[in-house]
Amino acid sequence: MKYQADKNGYFGVYGGAFIPELLYPNVEELKAHFTEAKEDEKFLSAFRHLLRDYVGRPTPLYFAPSLSLRYGANVYLKREDLNHTGAHKINNTIGQVLLAQRMGKSEIIAETGAGQHGVATATVCAMTGLRCKVFMGEKDMARQAPNVARMKMLGAEVLPAITGSKTLKDATNEAIRYWINNPDSYYIIGSVVGPHPYPEMVAYFQSVISEEMKKQLLEKTGFENPDMVIACVGGGSNAAGAFYHYLDEPVELIIAEAAGKGVNSGKSAATSVLGSPGVLHGSKTLLMQTKDGQVIEPYSISAGLDYPGIGPQHAHLIESNRAKVFAITDDEALDAALILSKTEGIIPALESAHALAVLEKIKFSGQTVVINLSGRGDKDLETYMNYL
Amino acid sequence: MNRIQQLFKKKQENVCSVFVTAGYPKLESTVDVVLDLEAARVDMIEIGMPFSDPLADGPTIQKSSLQALKNGMNIPLLFEQIEEIRKTSQIPIVLMGYLNPVMAYGLEAFLEKCKDVGVDGLIIPDISLETYELEYRYLFTQLGVPLTFLVTPRTSLNRIIRIQNNTETFIYYVSSSATTGRSSNFTEQQESAFLQFNELKLTVPVLAGFGIHNQETFHTVCKYFNGGIIGSAFLRSLEKGQSAKSFVSSLI
Repeated sequence: MKYQADKNGYFGVYGGAFIPELLYPNVEELKAHFTEAKEDEKFLSAFRHLLRDYVGRPTPLYFAPSLSLRYGANVYLKREDLNHTGAHKINNTIGQVLLAQRMGKSEIIAETGAGQHGVATATVCAMTGLRCKVFMGEKDMARQAPNVARMKMLGAEVLPAITGSKTLKDATNEAIRYWINNPDSYYIIGSVVGPHPYPEMVAYFQSVISEEMKKQLLEKTGFENPDMVIACVGGGSNAAGAFYHYLDEPVELIIAEAAGKGVNSGKSAATSVLGSPGVLHGSKTLLMQTKDGQVIEPYSISAGLDYPGIGPQHAHLIESNRAKVFAITDDEALDAALILSKTEGIIPALESAHALAVLEKIKFSGQTVVINLSGRGDKDLETYMNYL
Repeated sequence: MNRIQQLFKKKQENVCSVFVTAGYPKLESTVDVVLDLEAARVDMIEIGMPFSDPLADGPTIQKSSLQALKNGMNIPLLFEQIEEIRKTSQIPIVLMGYLNPVMAYGLEAFLEKCKDVGVDGLIIPDISLETYELEYRYLFTQLGVPLTFLVTPRTSLNRIIRIQNNTETFIYYVSSSATTGRSSNFTEQQESAFLQFNELKLTVPVLAGFGIHNQETFHTVCKYFNGGIIGSAFLRSLEKGQSAKSFVSSLI
C-alpha cells in the first residue's frame, strides 16, 4: 500500500488538503461520507449496477493485431472509449453522483476543460435529476462548442470562467469559489487532483479499469499482470484507474504526458520535467510555475492534458521511480492517432493518442503491453482534419 | 512582544485593519498606500502577496492581484518595500497570501526575512490547522513569525479552541461562507452568529473580515469583535482615486 494515500491524504510528500477554513466543513463532510460509502455493500452494488447497465461496462480488452505486429509486442487496448459519453470520465461521475445523493445534495457543480468531464457530469445529473452547473473557461467554450451544446441539451448550466487565462485552471478556481459561496452544493472534481479525499476518491472510482484489466488479461493470456501499462496523464484520472491494482505488482507503469510543441519550446504541459513542488487547487504536487511561484499556463494540442499540475499520486509515483514518464509532442500524438485509425479502425481521443505514441519510443521484444485507450476521438475531429 | 500584541494590549475595541494588495495600483504604490493609511489612523495593515490563482477571493482582489503581477510585483520586491516602510513606520504589518509563492521563495527563508524586515504576522489561508500542526508549526514557532488562522460561522467549537491554542496574535473571523468582496449588509442570521461567537469569550483578540465595506458593517462587527478588516472596499476606492484619508474617515 505504499503508493496509496496515508490517512492525511499524502502520497509521499505530495497531496494533503491545502484548503482555506471556509472549505474545511465541506471537505470533512465529503471524507466522512466517502469513507462510509466505500464500505457499504448497498452503495457499491448501486455503483456496479450503473457501470454495467448505464455505462456499458465491462469495456473490452482488445488485442490489437496490427499494433502488435508493428511494434513487436502483444498490445492490448483497454477500450474506455466505448463507455457511455465516450471516455473513462463517467466512471468517476457515476460514483460521485451516487455519493452526492447519499449526502442529500440537490446541486452539483463541476469544472471542465475540453468538456468531457462536463458532459459526463451533466449526464449523471440528468439521470439522477440533480441540478448541474459546469464551469468552463471562456476560451475552452469557444474551442469545444459541441460539448457545450451537449451539456446544455442534458440540462446543465454552463458558466464561463472569465478570469485569468480563461481555461481549465480558471474553471477550477471558479468552481472552488462557487463551492465556498454555496457550501451546500456538491463539487464533482473530474481528475485525481484537489484536496484530500478527492485524489484518493477519484482513483478509487476509476480503479474499475484495472480491476477489469486483470480479469480480462487472465482470461486471454493466463496471467493477470502485463509487463507494462501505459496511460496518458493531464491531471491523471485514467492513469490512476489503470495503475490502481498494479501499483504493488511487478508491472511497469508508464505515463505519457503532453510535451506540446516540445518540452523546452515554452509551449508544453510536461509537468514532470517542467514542474516543481507547489500547491494548487488544494494539494501539494508538481506544478508548472515561475520562479516567483505564479502558476504557468500550460500548452497542449489536447485540451484534456493542458493542466499545469498533476495528481499528487502521480507526482509520488514519478519521484519514487515507480512510474516512468515519456513526454509526447503534439505531432507524435497526431501520428499515433492516425496509425491507430488506419490500422485498427479506432479513432482515439487526442489525450489517449499520447499514450499510443509511447509505443514508438520503446524497443519491444514480445512483452505484453496494455494501453488505456481513455476516450474516443469524435471531439477532436476538427484538429485531426487540419492535420491530415 | 511584537507590534500586533502591543496594539491589542493598548486597544481592544474598534481596531481597524486595512488590506492592500502589494504593487497595486502601481508597482511602487505599496509604500505610499501603507503610510497614507497609517496617517489616516488605521491600526494595522495587511499586505496581500499577489497570486495567479487566488481561490478564496472575489473579483476585486482577483483583479488587483492580476494587476499587481502585471506590474511586476513579487515577494523579494515586497520585502524591499517593507524595509522602506519600516524606516519611518512602526505600524503592525501582516502579510497575507497563498502558500505557493511563499513555497517558491522557500518557507524558512521567507520566515527569516519576515522577521528581519519587521513583518509581525502572516495569514496564509490555504495552510489549514491540520496542515499547520502536521507540517509547519515547528518552523513558524521556531522562527517566531505568528500565523493567524481563519474561523468561519461553520467552524466547530472544538476546532475554535484548537485554533485559539495555536494563536499568538489574533484570530481572523470570516463573517460569512463566501469569497471576499461582498457588499451587502449583514443579515440577522450573520449577526446572531457574531453574537454566539462573542459569547465564547475567547482569550485572544478576534478581528472580523469579509464583506466589511462601509461604516455600518464596520460598526456592526466592532460590537462583537475587537475590530474589523477591510479589503475589497478599500481596493475599490483606490481604483476610483479616493484618498486613504477620506476612505478611512468615511468608515470609522
